[in-house]
Amino acid sequence: MIYIELFLGFLKVGCFAFGGAYGAIPLIRDVVMSYGWLSDEMLTYMIAVSESTPGPIMVNLATYIGSSQAGFLGAVIATLAVILPSFIIILLVTALLKTVLKNKYIQAILRGLKPCVIGIVFATGIYMVVSNCFGSISAVSVNFQAIIITAILVGSMFGYKQFKKKKLSPILLIVISAIAGIVVYRM
Amino acid sequence: MNLLLDLFLTFAKIGLFTFGGGYAMISMIENNCVERKQWITHDEMMNVTVIAESTPGPIAINCATFTGYKKAGFVGALVATLGIVVPSFVVIYLISMFLDNFLELTIIANAFKGIKIAVGILILDAAVTMIKKMHKKRLPRAIMVCSCAVMLCINIFSWNFSSISLMLIAAAVSLTIFILNGAPEQKGGASK
Repeated sequence: MIYIELFLGFLKVGCFAFGGAYGAIPLIRDVVMSYGWLSDEMLTYMIAVSESTPGPIMVNLATYIGSSQAGFLGAVIATLAVILPSFIIILLVTALLKTVLKNKYIQAILRGLKPCVIGIVFATGIYMVVSNCFGSISAVSVNFQAIIITAILVGSMFGYKQFKKKKLSPILLIVISAIAGIVVYRM
Repeated sequence: MNLLLDLFLTFAKIGLFTFGGGYAMISMIENNCVERKQWITHDEMMNVTVIAESTPGPIAINCATFTGYKKAGFVGALVATLGIVVPSFVVIYLISMFLDNFLELTIIANAFKGIKIAVGILILDAAVTMIKKMHKKRLPRAIMVCSCAVMLCINIFSWNFSSISLMLIAAAVSLTIFILNGAPEQKGGASK
């Protein structure tokens, strides 16, 4: 049943989402693809929407995916499932187990998890950028428009950093990419 | 004002006005809960941030649960956590009802084709930032490189292997190496 699938899928995401929102994106992709809830395309669009709307990105994605699969109730279930693990863990840690996180075995586990998450996020980023420009291995196709937009975006990120001495905000990058998309894909 | 209502409204405000999630929210929470309301101390706030790094889930949720619990026990935790979630829930739910219709417009569809490229770059950029902040030691580096290689293969060749299994393997490897190195003898030390 879809409600149970949504609950279990997002509970899994909530349990393993170390490393903030970007750490959760590969997990959400995994779950969404394995249940066949959204296409890769739609999921990427929603990541951008979640990035540009208020609130935690993970929660936003859960709400959207829940709503797209099973309406209002689906949205409620997916959202609750994604926050439930961290809610319970924080309660336990603050109320009962103040020293559990300092336990050396837990620390050893965390020292393994954190670099693994970084590797997963890095691989996901590389794959997304490359497959946007050159397609997937089963359907290799050079997408010149995408290459132009990638160049524009990378250029504006580095340019902004050189010029303003701080990072271009994600929302501004998304706005630039939308304008670039409208202009480049019209030609 | 009723404390529970105040908790809910304060966190709802934080949830409504912070874009981009994660660390952007921390400064908002610090500003509201530490400086203005004085619900928690600066040290406690630093503590939660550290705990949040070692526990799964959105960091803003972790902070809200902690602050709510400190001020008003379990109900406080519940109210503060829901406060963070409700605004974004409403916004995203409304968007989800219209997005498909929006995408039928060519100009919006083209904009999203551009946005799709930005998302990939943002994820790659987040990873680079995390790598820069990582411990420069052999074991974490090796785990990072191996996970990255396996994950690339999973993506490229559509291997049927979940990233969660990969994380469990990494955790097991790290724990095994720790125990094999004779960890049980070093009494009391958390790490290093």
